[in-house]
Amino acid sequence: MTIPWDLIAIQTVNGIVTGMILALVASGLTLIFGILDVVNFAHGELFMLGAYIGVLVLATTGSFSLALVAATIIVALLGAALQIVTLRPLVGRDPLTTILATFGISLVLQNYALWQFGPVARKIQEPITGHFTLFYLDYPWYRVMIALLSAAIIGGFWLFLKYGKYGIWIRATTQDRVMAEAMGIPVPWVHTAVFAIGAGMAAASGVLFGPLAGVDHAMGLAWVLKAFIVVVVGGMGNLGGSIAAAIFISLLEAYASIWVSPSQAVIVSFVVLILTLLFRPTGLFVPISK
Amino acid sequence: MTRHHSTVFWSGFALILALLIAAPLILPPFWGRFLTEILIWGLLAMSSDILIGYTGMVSFGHSAFFGLGIYGTAAALLLVDPPNLFLAILFGLVASGLVAAVVAYFSTRLQDIYFAITTLIFSQIFYVVIFTWTSVTGGENGLAFTRPGLGIPGLYVVRFTPEMMHWFVLAVVAGSYLLLRRITQSPFGTVLQSIRENEARTRAIGYHVEHYKVVSVMISGLFAGLAGVLYALQNQFAAPDFVFFLVSGETVIFNVMGGIGTLVGPIVGAGFVLLLREALSRFFTEYYLIPVGIIFIAMVIFLPQGLLGFMRRWLNR
Repeated sequence: MTIPWDLIAIQTVNGIVTGMILALVASGLTLIFGILDVVNFAHGELFMLGAYIGVLVLATTGSFSLALVAATIIVALLGAALQIVTLRPLVGRDPLTTILATFGISLVLQNYALWQFGPVARKIQEPITGHFTLFYLDYPWYRVMIALLSAAIIGGFWLFLKYGKYGIWIRATTQDRVMAEAMGIPVPWVHTAVFAIGAGMAAASGVLFGPLAGVDHAMGLAWVLKAFIVVVVGGMGNLGGSIAAAIFISLLEAYASIWVSPSQAVIVSFVVLILTLLFRPTGLFVPISK
Repeated sequence: MTRHHSTVFWSGFALILALLIAAPLILPPFWGRFLTEILIWGLLAMSSDILIGYTGMVSFGHSAFFGLGIYGTAAALLLVDPPNLFLAILFGLVASGLVAAVVAYFSTRLQDIYFAITTLIFSQIFYVVIFTWTSVTGGENGLAFTRPGLGIPGLYVVRFTPEMMHWFVLAVVAGSYLLLRRITQSPFGTVLQSIRENEARTRAIGYHVEHYKVVSVMISGLFAGLAGVLYALQNQFAAPDFVFFLVSGETVIFNVMGGIGTLVGPIVGAGFVLLLREALSRFFTEYYLIPVGIIFIAMVIFLPQGLLGFMRRWLNR
């Protein structure tokens, strides 16, 4: 059997592109888990709503960048409202109750989208239509732009966490909630803000992903599962690990789909998850503590 | 005191059982079928209560056990000629038991949300396999089959009428309830509850916590598979949708709404949700999940004990 180098090269690019979107989704999820101790089942629905808002804004204004910004802000505000209404009353209870609450939210949002937008998939027009030649393929520049934009958003967020005043608040809350509170950091509002940021990142990735496939009410399901896998493989609450795991898993799936159908390639990521849980339950990309 | 409690408990049990036996004779056919469905989903929810309410582990993967129960039954009914009811039950239980063994082995190494996510991922693996393995499972279209008669094959077989199906389901569900109740009250069940209350201390006393967890997942999976068998017999088709994790989510919803750790609560929860769906779907058509979801969130926040939570201690005595 000859090794199909051209296919492997193409799938490497594809894997990195979807990996960057996945990293954007998963970093919001892992952030919310790391700081709020909440496994956000509704994350995929926030992704989906972001994509729908992107569709609507794009249809009225025709500007993709405006759609991206509007979707991010609106879904971030929605996330903040959801966190205040449903998750705040659950603080201090069994963390499992938050899974139940966010699962309820995801049911409501998903069916709301079905009701509001109908079952027919919508399409977001690519903002850049140019192509370049990759072996025998015309590879769209837009995909490269997605990867770069996702990287820029994650990078900007990382800088904010590292140097921004509120970013330091967030990191302080992650490290020690009680101490942060004692230092005068309004921890409940940090929680709300983190949930909003995570929601906004999910929405942004939804808009970016929109042109690659259709936008429909069920698109969140597949993504939230993938994001869960990434978050567990990368180490729960570990931002860098999630990004590495997102790209790693997307590459594996991309290579696997050279030989099997894409719907079966998903199993590869499941297997990675199970192996991780068996041999490195703290996460594949977490440094081993000495 | 104890004697009084058991008199009240068993008379209540007998009364409800008598009402459920009489129900298909009194109710119109639609509601009779509806009640049968409630019992089947109730059994699924009850099986998951062993994990959620007693061992303290939330499974988001019960659709795998349920679905494999359905597909196991389908396999027995399609492959074996003549179709045999008991073989169908056996196939369903073996299929779900095998899946439960695999899931239990891996998932019980993890705790809390990691357990929940692992069970979820496992159910998705089975979903993808069933969905894509079209030549065997029929893929998206699923499988259709006919229900066998009740009785000893070759000697005496009667066809199922809707009433008989209801009584058959009722007998299985009531039997499962008594069995599960006995299990939770046994020394084994007490250890499960002590794992829920304080796992580290249970381990310190000297119990091998992992073994107990594996067995509890397997018991839970077997009863979920039994619910799948009943569902297959009732509706005579298998579809990958039953393996999809939304079914697991509904199972958890039934538990939380009915009251975890009560065994009967989940059945009440299933009845409550299905009735709610029936009532709301008149106004919201297929979007009934919006109000159901809102009610569910409100119950998680304001009524975490569920509908029967106030009876929890009494029911477990």
